[in-house]
Parts: sequence; C-alpha cells; structure tokens
Amino acid sequence: MKHWLILMLLLALLLMGCAPATPEPTPAVTAPRELRVMTHGSFDISAEVIEAFETRHNARLQFLDAGDTGEMVSQAILSRDDPLADVMYGIDNTFLSRALEADVFVPYQPEALADIPDAFVLDDQFRVAPVDYGDVCLNYDRAYFEDAAVSPPQTLEDLTDPAYRGLLVVQNPASSSPGLAFLLTTISAFGEDRYLDYWRQLRANDVLVVDSWSSAYYTEFSGGAGSEGARPIVVSYATSPAAEVHFSGEALEEPPTAAIVAPGTCFRQIEFVGILRHGAHRDLAEEFVEFALSDSFQSDIPLHMWVFPVSETAELPEVFATHAVRAESPATLSVGQIEQNREAWINAWIDAVLR
Amino acid sequence: MQRKAVSSMRRRQLGFYVLMAAPLVFLLIFYFYPLQEIVRVSMTWRDRLQPEVLWSRLWASSTRRVIGFTFGQAFISTVLTLLLGLPGAYVFARYDFPGKRLIQALTTVPFVLPTVVVAAAFSTVLGPRSLLAERLGAGFDLRYTLSAILIAHVFYNYTVILRMVRGFWSTLDPYLEQAARTLGAPPLRVFWEITLPLLLPVVATAGILVFIFCFTSFGVVLILGGPRFATLEVEIYRQTIQLANLPLAAALSLVQIFFTLGWTLAYTRLQERISRPLDLQPQWVTQRRPRKPLEVVFLVMNLSLMAVLMVYPLLALVLRSFGRGLQFYIALFENPSHGIFYVPPLAAVGNSLRIALLAMGLALILGLLASLGLYRQRLGWLVDALFMLPLGTSAVTLGLGYLLTMGRPPFRLRGSVALIVFAHTLVALPFVVRSLLPALQSIQPRLRESAALLGASPLRVFIEVELPIVWRALAVGAVFAFTVSMGEFGATSMIVRPDMPTIPIAIFRFLSRPGALNYGQALAMSTILMTVSVFGFVAIERLRPPGTQAF
Repeated sequence: MKHWLILMLLLALLLMGCAPATPEPTPAVTAPRELRVMTHGSFDISAEVIEAFETRHNARLQFLDAGDTGEMVSQAILSRDDPLADVMYGIDNTFLSRALEADVFVPYQPEALADIPDAFVLDDQFRVAPVDYGDVCLNYDRAYFEDAAVSPPQTLEDLTDPAYRGLLVVQNPASSSPGLAFLLTTISAFGEDRYLDYWRQLRANDVLVVDSWSSAYYTEFSGGAGSEGARPIVVSYATSPAAEVHFSGEALEEPPTAAIVAPGTCFRQIEFVGILRHGAHRDLAEEFVEFALSDSFQSDIPLHMWVFPVSETAELPEVFATHAVRAESPATLSVGQIEQNREAWINAWIDAVLR
Repeated sequence: MQRKAVSSMRRRQLGFYVLMAAPLVFLLIFYFYPLQEIVRVSMTWRDRLQPEVLWSRLWASSTRRVIGFTFGQAFISTVLTLLLGLPGAYVFARYDFPGKRLIQALTTVPFVLPTVVVAAAFSTVLGPRSLLAERLGAGFDLRYTLSAILIAHVFYNYTVILRMVRGFWSTLDPYLEQAARTLGAPPLRVFWEITLPLLLPVVATAGILVFIFCFTSFGVVLILGGPRFATLEVEIYRQTIQLANLPLAAALSLVQIFFTLGWTLAYTRLQERISRPLDLQPQWVTQRRPRKPLEVVFLVMNLSLMAVLMVYPLLALVLRSFGRGLQFYIALFENPSHGIFYVPPLAAVGNSLRIALLAMGLALILGLLASLGLYRQRLGWLVDALFMLPLGTSAVTLGLGYLLTMGRPPFRLRGSVALIVFAHTLVALPFVVRSLLPALQSIQPRLRESAALLGASPLRVFIEVELPIVWRALAVGAVFAFTVSMGEFGATSMIVRPDMPTIPIAIFRFLSRPGALNYGQALAMSTILMTVSVFGFVAIERLRPPGTQAF
C-alpha cells in the first residue's frame, strides 16, 4: 500500500513535469514581442528595471544563460547563421576580437554613447557598445597584514620578494577569466620578452595556481568572510571588498579585505552589448542597446553584477561610493593583440609556471 | 521441428528490431546526429583545417603525454575503487544492520554535488588544516597532487561499485560458498574460486563504468588536481573555449571516443563470455545479521572507511551551512535586490526534481527496451557498446553539437526543457543498460521456457518472471539516472538553458560572488541538494512491483 502511494506520487510529479509550469498569460491587445538576450552566468539586473522596458516596448525579454564568457562567445560564433539570441550582453575585451573576426554582430551606434567616455569605445565600427567595466586586481587579507611584519604589496615586483613567499594565490589563465586578466597585466607591465621571467620568480616564491576564481577566493584565500584558505593575497576584483560588506549578512562597517589599485597592477575588463547578425526584431534589439546604456539600467548594474557602469551620469549605490575603488591607470593591451597572442602567451606561461 | 526452430529464430530477430527501435532512434537523434555535425563543422571550420598541422599536433609528445596520463589515472583510480568498494559491496550484500539504507544513500551523495563544493569539502580532509595533518604534522597537504585526484575518484565512484555489485551479490546463493567452506576450503580460496567467478560479470560492468567515468574526468582533475594535470577532456575544453581551435578539439574528441569504444567493445565481448545463468535467491535468504566477532569487525572497518571518505567531508559542509544558525537558509528565501536571476529555493528544488524524474523515466524505458533486445542477441555486444559512447564523449563537444543541430528543423528544441531532459537521459542510459544486462543474463532460461510452455505470452513472461528478478537492478539504474540528472552532468553545461533554474545552477551563481552570505547560501543550497537527493534515493529503492516477492 505504502509503495503504491509513493509510486502514485512519483507519477503525479512526472505528469506535473509534462504540464506547463505557469498558466498562459492573457494576451494583450497585441501580443508582446519576445527579444532573446544571451548573457554569461554572472548577469543579473532588477526585475523592476526589466519590467519598465517590457511595458514601454510591449516586449518580453528572455535571458539565456550561456555559461562563462568564453562559452557564450563560442556558442554565438557556431550558431552565427541561426543565432541563439537577438542580442548578446557581456562579451569582454579579452574575447571581443574573436567575435568581431567571426562577424557575429551588426553595427549600431546608440545615441546614448554620447555620454560615455571614449576610452571604453573599442570598436570604431560600433558593432558593440560598452556597458560596464571591472578591474581585476590583487586583494589582500587586512587582518593578516595588520599582524604581519610586512605591509601589503604595492607593486607586482613586491610579490617576488621573499617576504611575500607563499602568500599569493592566482587563477590559471587557461581556465579562468580573472586568471587571464592577471597574466595580461604582467605582460603589459614587463613586456612580452620579460613577463615569463617574472612568472618564474613568482614560481620560485611559491605562487599557488588554481583553476577558477571560486577555488582561489573561497578555498585558498584567507581574507574573505566566507573564505577558508590560508593565503592572504588573491587575484580578484577591485569591487570585491565592497561586495564583502554588502554580502556580509551582518552590519559590517569595514570590509575584511582590501584591493590594491596601484598603477600598472590591474587589468580593466570592459563588457559590451551587441546586436547579433540574423537575429529577430532588429528595432527592438536597438531599443535594448539604448536601454542598457540608459541611466535606469546603468545605475542598477553595480549591486547586481559588482562592476562599474560605463555611464558617468549613472548613480552609484552607497556601498560602492564608500568601499569600491577603481584602478589608477590599469594595464593596457589592444583587443587585437590579445586575440592574436592569447594561445602563444598561455602556452608559454604553462611551460614556465606549471611544467 | 526444424521449421519451428527457424521461425522461432526469426521471431527473436524480429523481437530484437522491435525492442531496439526506440533506443536506437534516440541514440541516433540525440547522439550520433549532433556528434557528426559538430565534427563536420569543426573540420571545415573557417578553413582553419590543415591536415598536416592537425596530424602533427595529434602526434605531438604533449598530446601523447595527456593520453598517457588520462589512461594511467583512470586505470589506477578504477583499481583503487574496486579494491575499496568490493568489501563494502560484500557487507551490504550479506549483512543486515541498522541504518543500512541511509548509509547507502549517503555514499551516492557525492555524485550530485558540484565539484567546486566537493573541493571545499575535501580541503577539510586533505588540506593542511585537516585532522590528518594534525596527526602527521605540518607540511601535510595532499591538495593539487595525483593522490588528490585518485582519492576524489574513489570518493565519487565508490557508490557505483557498491550499488551495482551489491545488488547482484545479494541474490547469489550463499549455499555455494557454504558448501565449499564445509568441504574445507579457506575463505580466501572460496572467494577466489567460487564467489569472484560468479560475480565477474557485474564487477566488470561496474569497473568499466568507473573506468570511463575517470577516463573522461573533468572537474576533479581541473579543480582538485590543479593546473598541472590535464586529461583529454580538460584539453578538449581548453582547445574549444579558450583557444577556439575547433579542428584539434574535434580530433581529440574523436580520439577519446575511439578509446572508449575500444574498451567498451572488449568489455561487452568479455561480458558475453563470462555471464551465466544462476539460481538467484531473494534477499531475505542471503542476508543476516553479522554474528561472529570477525564479521562485526569487518563490517565496522568498512563502515568506518565510508564514514571517513564520504560522510565526514559532507558533514563538514552541512555543519558550515549552519555556521550562523539558520541565517544562510533564511537568506535563500529573500531577494533584497529584486534580481531577475534570483532563484527561489523551492522552485529550484521543484525544477531539479521534475527534470530528474522525467530523465529517469525516459532512461528506464529506453534502457529496459535496449537491454531486453540485447541480452539474447548473438551480435548484441557490438550494439551494446554503442550505448556506452555518450559517457565517453566530451561534454563540450556534444553540447556544441546540440547547439548546431537542435535549433533547426526537424528538431526545434533549443532552449526547451525537453532538450535538457533528453541530454540527461543520454548520459543516464548507460547506467541503466549496464545495471540491467548482468541481471537479465543471470536468469535461468528454463524459467522463461517453462513459463512460455505453460502458455504465457512474452509480455506476461516479462512481467511475471523477468521483471521481479531484475527489479533490484532496475532500481540501481534508476538511482543513477536520477543522480546524473540531479547533479547536472556533462553536455547540459553547454546547453543554453531555458528560464528554469535548477539547484546546481543556483549554487554556481552564489559561488561566483564574494561575501560570507554568498558562500553560506551556496553551502545551504548544497545541503538542500544533498537532502533532496538522499530522500530521492531512498524512495526509489523502496519502490517494488506490487504483489511480487522482492529479490
């Protein structure tokens, strides 16, 4: 008898799976058009902001989570002729060149671009528009350095000093985007012919390389309130200390970590939005790009994605104003240079650091 | 008379085609079609293909090193898992003790957890702050070593050996062993000469599953092994995503599939030779409470191993999720910033369960049809091997294949829940087939024959003779099908998801942000995933066909 009950329950669950999860909404005067937006897994934004757009344009936005940025770009390139979505949000400057070469975007010059600093506009044909940016930089455990004999490092060279031996954890540039960003920082700082020497010195100073940001920050780093590791210096973002305060779960006044933003020690990841070739509802897609650059969307970015909006007129939330910092003169490498040399740089790095 | 034999053979042939039709069509549409498409597109990818370059890359010493490492670690992992898992399977097959169901369910939990979470759990066992390190002194750190990979593979796959072998072992007639003992054979000799040969089919089947699992290992190698180690699967991912070298990625994928096919063929051929019909006994005949002190010691030793290897790291995770009382759990139900990607925990549980149950149902139906078609077929072993291929195929490759083929007619499934269910089914199917075949092959033909002689239709023979006997094996297959789906395996990570967040996706979202609350919520969500899965395992095991004696 009991078994029958369980069986019936399972069957009922299975049937529930076949039924549509939600009842169909009653159709409006004209049915809303659906715009598909492809994003990476870190994308998020307020429901209210999205609803405002949907109401104004009689549209429905469908967001597709395509995994990490590299996966998203590969998927867009492979499905170019019959795209998965109409708009892509979140491709960054380390992958931009690959997508541009594969010609997956159509040009569109948004009006809102006028309010955005030129430094963020990396494609002069306007195939993509910048929407947000974040600085990848070193974070350190403040409690550790309060008690330690050394002060927190201020330059990349400091990290090769024996005083900092065994303190740093970084991500593998072959599998992690902040990892790649930090590798690019060192290439920008030391040049193509000397960056490997720098890494060999780091290796001699017992740098730890792990696969992803989560492993580095939560398993190996000691600074974050949720971190379980023992190393007090990690590659993370300039906004991480602000996130530590915001997500502390208790009224924390000061972050347990701090970011190092000294000149030449950070890499700036700029994210873009672009209209995909062969996508549907071109006019609506253009409206979405304008919307992504509008102040209502831009002001909503910080607390959802923990990066800065590109618009200078966007309002920053208080926790950003107090605790988030920006890099002073971050490392610079052109998108073309990155795409052309990525494989060679990473392979050389693997040989120098891992073998 | 002769004519009759011929017609019966024809009928059997016909039966084969009828039974195999659905599973083979499924495999054709959701495996071979996307696979050939991605390989074709990759090889003609923007004219990047230069056969000489590709060939030299494939034969480069670095590639050979990767293949060698992939094979070596998989081999050692499999041997270790067998060595540790078989004694466990024995105590579960022969002894009855309190808490058995729960312990067995707990051993399967690692399968559903994201590797990042497992890595966090493992640092409590392998890291410099572990209990072991306290004993062995400073400097003890097994993380990012080959040992970490091997231990993690045992951690994951122990349950495969335990469940598969245990199910079969518990139906073996203990009278055979007792007779040998009475005749004066020492226990080891009894095991070597009587038990092991009888068990061989199921040990081989569990072994090949574990081997292929380790052979295509991705997360464990990447996260726990650290960047120094690379398996073929890791290399394929890197070539596809990071370097966009699609021709090389496709070629490496084919190499991996080719190896998988080779071993599977060798195995299915062997399987056919070593399987034999047995007089199976229901469990209540074969199981008893441990009595002698030696038996109790053996039982306790095995349970301790499971406790140290599995329960302790998982328990550490659970405890940490309660580190601030219920705060992390309460936070799961809140969405202070009104984000559109907020995942209500109950919805995630509902979505995960719904997809898992659908995938399990489909995998069971297809797996049952395939196994029934295969097990009396002369060249069945050739077809059988095909069902293992999805397990040995790179998830990235298959995912991109889905991307190319499932968005256009005739299959407009892109972004649908159905596609996720089909992808999970594809990976779950090998578990069901592998679990069912040894059980079916062990049925005495005369049972079927006498039922048929008495006038039972083939369907009735199946329902009243075969089904009760293979029920336990079916339950084992069901548990793994459910598990594979709950843990979001393989190809699905590359499928663009519909608006239907599952528990693992919620965990990944929390883990991608700094802050105590995010980490705590990831742990809380993991705890929920473990709890739901344990309930699922126990419920599936308790299901019995009504009115029949359980085996």
